Amino acid sequence: MAELTYLQAISDGLRTEMRRDKRVFVIGEDVGVYGGAFKVTLGFQEEFGHWRVLDAPLAETAIVGACTGAAIMGMRPVAEMQFADFISCAWDHLVTVAAKQRYRAGTPVPITVRLPSGGGFSGGPFHSQNPESSFAHIPGLKCVCPATPEDAKGLLISAIEDPNPVLYFEHKHLYRRIKGEVPEERYTVPIGKARTHREGDDVSVITWGAMVYTAGEAAQQLESDGVSVEIVDLRTVMPWDKPAVLESVRKTSKALVLHEDTRTGGFGAEIAATIAEEAFEDLDAPVKRIAAPDTPVPFSPPLEKAFIPQVDDVVAGLRELAEY
Amino acid sequence: MATTEAIDVVMPQMGVSVSEGTITKWLKQQGEQVEADEPLLEISTDKVDTEVPSPGSGVLTEILVQEGQTVDVGTKLAVIGGDGASAPKQVEAPPEPATAEAAAEAEAPSSAESPAPTAEPAPSTNGKTFVSPVVAKIASEHGVDPSQVQGTGRGGRVTKKDILNFIESGPQPAAPAQPAAPEPPQAAPQAPAPAAAKAAPVPAPAAAQAGESFEPMSAMRKGIAEHMRRSLDTSAHVTSAIEVDMSKVSAIRAKLKKEYQQSYGVNPTYLIFVARAAAETLREYPWINGEIRGDQIVTRSYVNLGFAVELQDGKGLIVPVVKNAETLNLLGMAKAVTDIAQRARDKKLLPDEVQGGTFTITNPGGYGTFHGTPVISQPQAGILGTYAVVKRPWVVQDELGEDVIAIRPIMNLTLTYDHRLVDGALAGRFLRDLREKLETWDESAY
Repeated sequence: MAELTYLQAISDGLRTEMRRDKRVFVIGEDVGVYGGAFKVTLGFQEEFGHWRVLDAPLAETAIVGACTGAAIMGMRPVAEMQFADFISCAWDHLVTVAAKQRYRAGTPVPITVRLPSGGGFSGGPFHSQNPESSFAHIPGLKCVCPATPEDAKGLLISAIEDPNPVLYFEHKHLYRRIKGEVPEERYTVPIGKARTHREGDDVSVITWGAMVYTAGEAAQQLESDGVSVEIVDLRTVMPWDKPAVLESVRKTSKALVLHEDTRTGGFGAEIAATIAEEAFEDLDAPVKRIAAPDTPVPFSPPLEKAFIPQVDDVVAGLRELAEY
Repeated sequence: MATTEAIDVVMPQMGVSVSEGTITKWLKQQGEQVEADEPLLEISTDKVDTEVPSPGSGVLTEILVQEGQTVDVGTKLAVIGGDGASAPKQVEAPPEPATAEAAAEAEAPSSAESPAPTAEPAPSTNGKTFVSPVVAKIASEHGVDPSQVQGTGRGGRVTKKDILNFIESGPQPAAPAQPAAPEPPQAAPQAPAPAAAKAAPVPAPAAAQAGESFEPMSAMRKGIAEHMRRSLDTSAHVTSAIEVDMSKVSAIRAKLKKEYQQSYGVNPTYLIFVARAAAETLREYPWINGEIRGDQIVTRSYVNLGFAVELQDGKGLIVPVVKNAETLNLLGMAKAVTDIAQRARDKKLLPDEVQGGTFTITNPGGYGTFHGTPVISQPQAGILGTYAVVKRPWVVQDELGEDVIAIRPIMNLTLTYDHRLVDGALAGRFLRDLREKLETWDESAY
């Protein structure tokens, strides 16, 4: 095993699949000669040639449209959105065609769309969003949100292998900050399975992406208060691992749902509602949500800090639940 | 100040698990003046004996429930003020005062200071504090009154930890609680005033002996208990057994297994074969598929086959019904039984699907038993038991007509029948024909 950054693990997963399967190709803005805005595909064009590492025009509609067509013809395209925020241009192709084709005509659409998402570096309203809940709402699309390098590689391979369109949300704030042991060989992490990031008995935090680490730091602080916090890293937002979440909540009887996306209609609402519906008799406190306020992501560093849930916010939320 | 409006005095809720109380003594007589909070009567429940203070001031116009009577929580006991007939204002008597036990526990550190050991009502933690769903569930499961638990949560709320610690270290419950929630299919919700609770006069155990513990009976368990008893009181149960050589079925099973699993996702179990053969045989024995209704005998042109399905690790049983089982071939039967059994375990059965059975099959053989005497599902006339298939030395005839001992997979089948309707000879013929069908299984016919 080698220690890789989260970003290196994504490259590694993509390279593994491209070496293994000739149907896999990459398309996106600046992914070829430049190696991608974040250098995920650096050196790919040299290795795989410019027909398998395609520089696309600045047109997300064209990128996803080309992927959908290629997938229907039997290819395994991997599209890169330079920033997750830009995917709204491709909404129609994804939602109207890719998501529905299998139900409508029985044709699999095995496309993977890589979405560098998330804030924390003053990217402002167009370069910081976490739009997973918008797509989780669309039947036919899958959404994965890895938090660790190991999951980043394993989930990317699963996404490419999956016969359905999969949106792969990679958190930019984790790219070079998070390192971890990643197996060198090919492996998959199943879509739809959560991971227990930390075991505990008193409160469950249900979260994903970069917030896994925010929750982890908060849990450590709570430890000194004698409060034992369990963290469930969802890993896949759709289809989400309901049994794992319910099992944890049934154990602790208190749940905090945490995400970086905005609060109203965020995916946390779905999780909280499901807990209330299916684990009501096991609850010892109201289900709590911590999420960003319902505004675009601000540029200004102090404002952005106020916007994205911070360790202190989570500590306060956990204390509130523990004391309830 | 006297109350001009009439006030109802009702049987107070003495903790969540108490459903009724007995009036031991009226401390005021009809026509007497009573002040608010003045002791009005004494009541006794299975948890506590206590005085009930008057909910208001005025003349005790009417006593509705006499000493010695037991009534449900919420029952109107008396009327204060008014003329006793006008629509009175509903005022509940104050909620449960703390028991002496709880008060003593709470006051233990400073008991020297309290001059009299009388039970003062504890601070407002009683009854009115919010009880979370999980605490309510645990309380109900263990027959604990949450108001007796010292709360450490916000505003003195009893947390899950509090009640679990209480159960681990605290006193044993005085009596089992009512079930928390009704389970399908018996709908007998225990509402605040469970009139039905009195219908079944189950003697309440006085107190737990050392080493004993209580758990409340679920609505389903109560339903099963009632039905089993009623069935034995109704039918004249007799059981006949027969041994069946399953060689042929076993061979066909092995042949069909892969196809059934791969193409249809079902298993051709021995039970399916028996069910298929039983449905066929029952058409020729209408009385075994029949029922006694009043002084009439009911027979049918169809077979609705019930299957006993175990739930929750042996803690429940449900009998979903495959309607018109005589119309199903082997594959149809396999699909139907797999479907209802799965939905029974997932609690997804519709009420209609557990009704209307004309005959039942139960399969206790899964654990290796070779004989049993099941209880008939009323109002049916019979129940077929299937048991473990065991390889046994078996006397058969070789091609020369000589007796030889062979190893054969043998299954015992029992028919338990209502001897009021079905005679032993008829039951014997039914079992013989059923055996015949299984031993000479005709693939083309099924």
